[in-house]
Amino acid sequence: MSVGTNSIGKPVSRVDGPAKVTGRAKYAAEFSAPALAYGFVVSSVVAKGRIQSIDRSAALAVPGVIEVLAHDNRPSLPSSHEKYTDQVAAPGSPFRPLYNDEILFSGQPVALVIAEEPEIARFAAGLVEIKYEAEATITELDTQIDKAFEPPEKRAPDWDPPARGDVESALSRAPTHIRKEYRTPVEHHNPMETFGSTAVWENDGRLTVYDKTQGAPNCQEYLCNVFGLTKDKVRVLSPYVGGAFGVGLRPNYQLFMAALAAIGLKRSVRVTLTRQQMFTLGYRPQTIQTLTLGAENDGRLVAVRHDAIANTSRFEDYQEPTVVWSGALYPCDDSALTSSLARLDLFTPCDMRAPGGAVGMYALESAMDELSYAVGVDPLELRLKNYSERDQNQNRPISSKALKDCYLQGAERFGWSKRRPEPRSMREGRELIGYGMATGIWSAFFVPTSARAILAPDGTMEIACATADIGTGTYTILAQIGAEMLGLPLDKVIVRIGDSDLPSAPVEGGSWTAASAGSAVMEACNGIRKELLKRASAINNSPLQGVDAADVTMVDGQIRVKSDPSRAMPLSEVMVSLKEPIRSEVSAAPDERALEEYSHYAHSAVFAEVRLDEELGMLRVARVVSAVAAGRILNPKTAKSQILGAVVGGIGMALHEETVIDHRYGRFMNHNLAEYHVPVHADVHAIDVIFVDEQEHRLNPLGVKGVGEIGIVGTAAAIANAVFHATGVRVRDLPITIDKLLELRQPTSNHAA
Amino acid sequence: MIDFDYVRANDLGDALSQITKHQAAKFIAGGTNLIDLMKEDVEQPTRLIDITELPLNEIHETQTGGLKIGALVPNSNLAYDERITQRYPLLSSAILAGASPQLRNMASTGGNLLQRTRCLYFYDTATPCNKRRPGSGCGAMEGFNRMNAILGWSNSCIAVHPSDMCVALSALEAVVHVMGPKGDRAIRSVDFHRLPGDMPEIDTNLARDEIITAIELPSEEFSRNYSYLKIRDRLSYAFALVSVAAALRIEAGAITCARIALGGVAHKPWRAPDAEQSLEGKQPSREAFVEAADIILQGAVGFDHNRFKIELARRSIVRALEQAAAGTPQSQSVKVIV
Repeated sequence: MSVGTNSIGKPVSRVDGPAKVTGRAKYAAEFSAPALAYGFVVSSVVAKGRIQSIDRSAALAVPGVIEVLAHDNRPSLPSSHEKYTDQVAAPGSPFRPLYNDEILFSGQPVALVIAEEPEIARFAAGLVEIKYEAEATITELDTQIDKAFEPPEKRAPDWDPPARGDVESALSRAPTHIRKEYRTPVEHHNPMETFGSTAVWENDGRLTVYDKTQGAPNCQEYLCNVFGLTKDKVRVLSPYVGGAFGVGLRPNYQLFMAALAAIGLKRSVRVTLTRQQMFTLGYRPQTIQTLTLGAENDGRLVAVRHDAIANTSRFEDYQEPTVVWSGALYPCDDSALTSSLARLDLFTPCDMRAPGGAVGMYALESAMDELSYAVGVDPLELRLKNYSERDQNQNRPISSKALKDCYLQGAERFGWSKRRPEPRSMREGRELIGYGMATGIWSAFFVPTSARAILAPDGTMEIACATADIGTGTYTILAQIGAEMLGLPLDKVIVRIGDSDLPSAPVEGGSWTAASAGSAVMEACNGIRKELLKRASAINNSPLQGVDAADVTMVDGQIRVKSDPSRAMPLSEVMVSLKEPIRSEVSAAPDERALEEYSHYAHSAVFAEVRLDEELGMLRVARVVSAVAAGRILNPKTAKSQILGAVVGGIGMALHEETVIDHRYGRFMNHNLAEYHVPVHADVHAIDVIFVDEQEHRLNPLGVKGVGEIGIVGTAAAIANAVFHATGVRVRDLPITIDKLLELRQPTSNHAA
Repeated sequence: MIDFDYVRANDLGDALSQITKHQAAKFIAGGTNLIDLMKEDVEQPTRLIDITELPLNEIHETQTGGLKIGALVPNSNLAYDERITQRYPLLSSAILAGASPQLRNMASTGGNLLQRTRCLYFYDTATPCNKRRPGSGCGAMEGFNRMNAILGWSNSCIAVHPSDMCVALSALEAVVHVMGPKGDRAIRSVDFHRLPGDMPEIDTNLARDEIITAIELPSEEFSRNYSYLKIRDRLSYAFALVSVAAALRIEAGAITCARIALGGVAHKPWRAPDAEQSLEGKQPSREAFVEAADIILQGAVGFDHNRFKIELARRSIVRALEQAAAGTPQSQSVKVIV
């Protein structure tokens, strides 16, 4: 059955908006339970070593303190690291909280104080005296480059495709070379909502946990494995999530803590983290990347080499797709892409918005910009010269690629033609002006997902899927798909998500939710449509008798024959004959053959204008145009919000975000939002989003690619390239801060020729 | 965060007797800094004495032609008060360069003077800090010291004072009125904050049992030739890498009085009288401003991550003086620098 355009594609406002702005939307740490107790986590002040002793007497003496749990008195836990794994885990031995006396990273949770009131727990946490035997730590990536290794177990296939051709000999033949090192720092996700879990101890021994997570089923499985429970004993809910950006993909330790305490005390317990403790969770790893490009004198690429080193922890081999894009995006016969890891005494990194893509494309697109100056070809023209319709990593066609339209429409909207080619050639008053651009690319996925639709006799439909809405608009687009499929008004569709009891879904991430949960909902609604048509046909004198399902539309409350619109029947007429709700539950999965025959990517072209007071190094991003090709856009309003937010993230990546480590203590030092800078309103100016028309027919029935991540990919490079165009200074070490701009004003080899 | 009592002071006498009685007590007004520090266990007062009901929230004319600002006037009220915006725009501009509207609504004028440093090591109880725990060492000196001092630091502390408002007060030579068990006294704003020396745990010359009652602005307003220029890592809601309060009196084309105060570079708003004197009698010019900047920064010494602040300060001083001389002060809402 085809999809009309009654609801899908409309810029409708978030269906969960009123609940959020009135405070009715409840987040994990806002749920309560009778006799709820409160846990506060004690964090290690050393980064490596052992706990020698824990003196909990002063804490336990505080009236209202119930218990102080640590490795030496906790309930029994499995020893096997495998039991602590999850759907998103990196290869290795997952962290086991409170398992033993070993300290693996600064800020590691070492005890949980449980009290009758949160203030008491927090106060008593300061009274727990822990003696450590500290060991020297290594947290500086630069010192570990010679120890970098290729992870023996890959987190995902295709992330570092084999070399093709002979890159070294191609490079030696190429008349023009670029070989540069680019660096990106540790970044923390810092969603507004800090992590929290409310574990409700049900009297029959079941556990209901409200958790801040991007994957309720993932957390349910984790709790079952760690605590030896069957799935019917554990239910995890995450109805609303106040941002996550990837840090909610894996179960975080507050979930473990709340469940451990609830099971141990047979009592409901809530554990929330402070903002400072948010810096003890996963983060975007630091990278050192070398990009080597070989090109003909006209700018056509002949060889691409991309070598990336990223940090991981001592216990897991976190990997993200950093180099794969450099082989996929531009045509070239010879390429070599390598990724290696170096171990540091830090917690394991985790996926952060466009993991790998955000940092890898910063390096590639910066190098492409450097190449454009080296060969004297306009940066946009250089991309067009190197346009490819095929994914050469996989040697296969791309299912749909409207990137050329992104380039052309983006350039038109931005006014790229007004750019003067020479660096430092555009100025207004005291300000130097720079124009920069970059390409963005991100994988389009469709992963198996289940969903259920129930149409009640009163004409309302409930849609259910375990997926999450982390502020992305999932509630809204699923409601739109339901409304579209049955021709219902949007307010007749009720969406339930974020609950492990609902039909299973993977974690909400990877930009796959709209495509995957959306397709599952579409299929579930298809089931309802078939059943409705069957019932409608069975009604006496039904005008729909003998009609093929493919020849029916449901729009505005009417079931109508497409080939003969005079044959129609109001939906309400079918509904009055219903005694019971119609129910349809499906598992949607991609066509594996289509997945293998084609590569699937979303693309973008990002254009940025920066303005800089050269003397003082004060820089602002005056404008960004992001032109995106991501298949069908289900809701231009929520999709635009995704791109806007990601562009702001890209501005932060380019100019502000960096978690600094004091290597003496192995500790992140700027662990609060005053010193960990993200862009504020004054840093964010005009952002223009274009969705170019792109028809995707193969990846999923909806034709959707997802827009959660594509907006950040390329943005940092576009800004860095604009900074070079404005100043003639190439900063290859993010973020681009005043000190880097000022110091480079002295003549160095970094200056434009 | 520790367990603490909370009481309300009925009047100034009550406030003073409470603070004298309880050694580990602290006054609280807006709480925009103190509460953060308590959450981090950096400050551990066992009693908070709420002074927000005291009658210290008005601005009065003084007999000498200045203004007396009650210690509890909220930062935002002060910044937007017409007497301040018309007559002391440097002060208004400096306040608006700091924090966020929400914080300025809560923060009091007296409390702003008592802001504590934002040094990362002061804030993190897992690391050494002589200011927080005397004798434990300075974590910043060989650590991450991007935000730290280039002037006036000591071997025990390289922290900087974080306020913007106080930089303007120093340039305007305001006077801080305080009340204590021994009576009232007035402290010149340039003497209010101190350098760390070997007692970095003491930020100011206010005694523990004293309370700030008012800030007095002298009659010299500098309403024509002034600028507050703040350079920071993002364009709002960030502490200064360097800030400059510049104020000039220009008569018949010559500078007859110059005031230059620096923020973000030292343990107190930094003044250099010899640099100011070097400008007096001269016509405003870039050369003169560069010379003044050089005098101010003569003794500046930076650390691994903040050496750039010396050159940044030099350029910022010159620019702020140029802005002041031209009568084109830095806007705190439009971030383009003129």
